[in-house]
Amino acid sequence: MLSVSKINFERYFEPVFEPVSFELKAGQLLLVTGTNGCGKTTLIRVLADILHPTSGDFVERTDSMGYVGHYLGIKDDLSVIENLRFMRDFLGTSNRSCEEVIRQVGLGRVSEQLARTLSAGQRKRCALARLLLSNTSLWLLDEPYSNLDQEGVDLVDEMLTDHLEAGGACVLATHGNHRPEWADAQDYRLISGAAA
Amino acid sequence: MTIEQQSGSMGSAFFALLRRDLLLAFRRRTEMLFPIVFLLVVVSLFPLGIGPGPQLLARIAPGVIWIAALLATVISLDGLFRSDYEDGTLEQFVLSGHPLTLISLAKIVAHWLVAGLPLVLLSPLLAIWMNLPIESLGVMVLTLLLGTPILSLIGSIGVGLTISLKRGGQLLSLLVFPLYVPILIIATAAVMAASDGLPYTAFLGLLVAGLITSVTLAPFAAAAALKISLS
Repeated sequence: MLSVSKINFERYFEPVFEPVSFELKAGQLLLVTGTNGCGKTTLIRVLADILHPTSGDFVERTDSMGYVGHYLGIKDDLSVIENLRFMRDFLGTSNRSCEEVIRQVGLGRVSEQLARTLSAGQRKRCALARLLLSNTSLWLLDEPYSNLDQEGVDLVDEMLTDHLEAGGACVLATHGNHRPEWADAQDYRLISGAAA
Repeated sequence: MTIEQQSGSMGSAFFALLRRDLLLAFRRRTEMLFPIVFLLVVVSLFPLGIGPGPQLLARIAPGVIWIAALLATVISLDGLFRSDYEDGTLEQFVLSGHPLTLISLAKIVAHWLVAGLPLVLLSPLLAIWMNLPIESLGVMVLTLLLGTPILSLIGSIGVGLTISLKRGGQLLSLLVFPLYVPILIIATAAVMAASDGLPYTAFLGLLVAGLITSVTLAPFAAAAALKISLS
């Protein structure tokens, strides 16, 4: 589903991280860990095709990718349900109803509220709801547990389990202590380019 | 549960984005109204500043209305992609699999409907205020109808290039104004020719050619500029 060989990304002619190689198949989870500033977010953005690697190759990469990053892509002036309806219509890939997904992520009570009135955790849940609607096979999650309460952390783990059981794959970048329970998980310790 | 990747239709993506941008513009009414108010104020102040002499006003009317419309468009341009860039929506667009060209075109159309079309609709009122001869009023509206979409289309390239800069708005003006000059010259020449009873269709033809060229090329250039800004 995703296979990369010695990919690297340079910013101002300095490598952000050491060259990265790995192979990820259906049903597998890759946990990218590392210290602050080691380039986890940059790596995820390179994998998502938002940034182009300076060197290295994508041996294989599915086009069906869902991404939740630091910037959640939620419009403040739209309500939760309007945000999700837009994304469902825009992506055109989901048969699920927005109301069902909103209930799943625990935003039922605030579905008609403007996104600007939501807490950081609720906004993260809204972005996770969009991920569910995207119906993509490869998830790229950058710090998905940040801003979430314990219930939210459990929700992410549950979503991940369902996704991986259904034959999806996931690259998850985290610097926290929590790690999702999944038998076929690989760890990748990212090393900053500056430390090399 | 199995994962099935279905490809969403580009048409529904286009209209979904257009609908969303129009709804957002309606929710941010102050932002939407500012360029229109700006246009009204600038054109209204001219007769007060230079005197209400009908002949002088009629002579400068095409230039004044067009320059005010051009400035009003530039004021509204910065918002074309900025909020999508800043809140991460643009990244989601890149991942959606839909071409950025289509996304750019939908946003440009929404921008014109919100910022350009009101200028066209207001122009007869402004033309009367500026004492423009009634026979050239239709040509004035027509030049704005053909010209304002070109302003949005060309402007989108500048916005795409400057969106990642903190004070991109200032650079944006420098980038797009030289490209707007031919449109300004052709449009005002058409209205003046109509006022003088001279043939003006050639000028309108040039504007149509400019519009076709911009519609064909600008969304691609804006998409490429956005890609560069994102990386």
